[in-house]
Amino acid sequence: MFRLIVQRFCSACFTLAFIAAVVFGAVELMPGNACTAYLGRDAVGAKLESCEARLGLKRPALVRFGDWALGALKGDLGVSVQRGKPITELIGWRLRNTIVLSSIAILFGVPLAILLGVVAGLNKDRKLDFALSGGAIFAMTLPEFVSSTIFILVFSVSLGWASGIVTIGYKAPILDLIGSSILPATTLTLVLTAHILRMVRASVIEVLESDYVLMARLKGVPYRRIILRHVLPNSLLPAISVIGLTVAWLLGGVVTVESVYNYPGLGRMVVDAVSDRDIPLVQAITLLICSIYILVNLLTDILAMLLNPRLRTYRA
Amino acid sequence: MTIRNATDPQTLPGRQRGRSRKPGGRRLARLLTNPSGLAGLAIVTLHLVLACFGPLIVPYDFAFQDPSAVLQPPSLAHWFGTDLLGRDVLTRTILGGREAMLICTIATAIAMLWGGILGISLALIGGWIDNIVMRIADALMAMPWILFVMVFVAALGTGTTALVPILGVSYGLSVVYLARSAALEFVTKDFVLAAQARGQRRHTIVFKELLPNVRDSLAVQTAMQWSWMILGVSSLSYLGFGVPPPAPDWGLMIADARGIMSAAPWTAVFPIIALSSLVIGTNLAFDAAAKTLGVDRNSRAAGR
Repeated sequence: MFRLIVQRFCSACFTLAFIAAVVFGAVELMPGNACTAYLGRDAVGAKLESCEARLGLKRPALVRFGDWALGALKGDLGVSVQRGKPITELIGWRLRNTIVLSSIAILFGVPLAILLGVVAGLNKDRKLDFALSGGAIFAMTLPEFVSSTIFILVFSVSLGWASGIVTIGYKAPILDLIGSSILPATTLTLVLTAHILRMVRASVIEVLESDYVLMARLKGVPYRRIILRHVLPNSLLPAISVIGLTVAWLLGGVVTVESVYNYPGLGRMVVDAVSDRDIPLVQAITLLICSIYILVNLLTDILAMLLNPRLRTYRA
Repeated sequence: MTIRNATDPQTLPGRQRGRSRKPGGRRLARLLTNPSGLAGLAIVTLHLVLACFGPLIVPYDFAFQDPSAVLQPPSLAHWFGTDLLGRDVLTRTILGGREAMLICTIATAIAMLWGGILGISLALIGGWIDNIVMRIADALMAMPWILFVMVFVAALGTGTTALVPILGVSYGLSVVYLARSAALEFVTKDFVLAAQARGQRRHTIVFKELLPNVRDSLAVQTAMQWSWMILGVSSLSYLGFGVPPPAPDWGLMIADARGIMSAAPWTAVFPIIALSSLVIGTNLAFDAAAKTLGVDRNSRAAGR
């Protein structure tokens, strides 16, 4: 048990180190560097010299990678080329805003998805199931920027219920933030729900067809008891790790959704940074988002192992 | 008669080939009897025809700006209305998928080529090489797709020439998973063992023994990869990293419509309908094809 957790932890560290190398190496392998990307491909002269000196680009790549990775571990993500400020200072508030937005989506989406998934699974192949799973596939296949635009068209333009564009600054107090993140959070919730709903439905159906449920039925156990004691516990345990995986989608979806609604979070900042060709900022935010994802996945996997004894021996 | 056929080495290969082709054709014919598959196929065909022959039938030039007809609602002169610069929305909607489809077709070919060959080879080779490569692939798949692409876009820049290799590499990863798991079913089968015992070279086994058997699932996956990539490219265009602005593109059109949606909702509605119908059509056709060819839809690679 303990060994498994340590193993899982080590593989998470490996993944993170590898991603850091990819994020750093992607730029190194390309022609030019962070300064030529920012100043233009054929920049020469004093401007380029001073920029390269400021970012320390004259040193060999491995030394810089070591510095960068060690700095990131200590919470120092370097300096933005465009904004001339330490990156940690720039992303602090925006990280909070993104966490607020994703938490709202998770808090509403996960219970809703589990409920609807169980309902769909128990009503397999009936009209209700058809409507729920059909809707889920539809919500999953539309890209986030399209569903956001449809939401704005329906709820903001024609119904006038909520503002389609977030206008608050990035340092706004949390309550204002929650108030103005209704539409972006709904969009994220929609797709999050669709993903988890399908997994839960499949899991419920699998358990319903199992031998022990058949046995319970043959023994004459009441339907309600079969569902509550046999089906739900056994089908919801696997859903825990699925929720971890869905966070990966959520963190990617945040990028477009924040841009559509102009929400002042990390996702919009990384889009701005790519437009400005501010490579150190792009690298820092990517690394940060990936480490959040890996951490969440690690925690959900460990939680699943603690709750589900079968996983302790299965996974080598 | 049968005995002579079986023992005659000349007729043997021909018979096998003829046999394997017939059921495939019949299975594809069954796709046409599936109503949702047929509808999907019809939608996709319509999109492809419009993409190919669009420039011949559009009423206006896609870049033509008419200052006297700005933000016109749909009318007889402009069936889908006009946008902020007085450009015809119908023209731009018809042409809006071409660039993305072209990029995605080339990138899908790249992804299938390297991903398919690497995946099948890994299944055959196995051992520590397989282990290491799959761990690396796992680590790369842990990055949200859009961030993976954006790191490269930040370094390489935007435009078609940068997008094709970026998409070809990033989407090939999930093909590696799919091809590997599809080929794993066959590497322990007798005919592969026989080929190994005959001393055939590895690449011969990959191309002659394994590839024909995973062909169906790879073909279905190609169609699906392509439609995901269309979505990916339009998301990138929307964010300003995809198809460059003067060109007509659904993602760009929806992005342009963002600020004027309350005044001119038609500038957003028509490209949304075009993009959604293509995606839904591909999905319907894909589902039906997966069912008739007996390919598992919920494979690991199905997650973006």
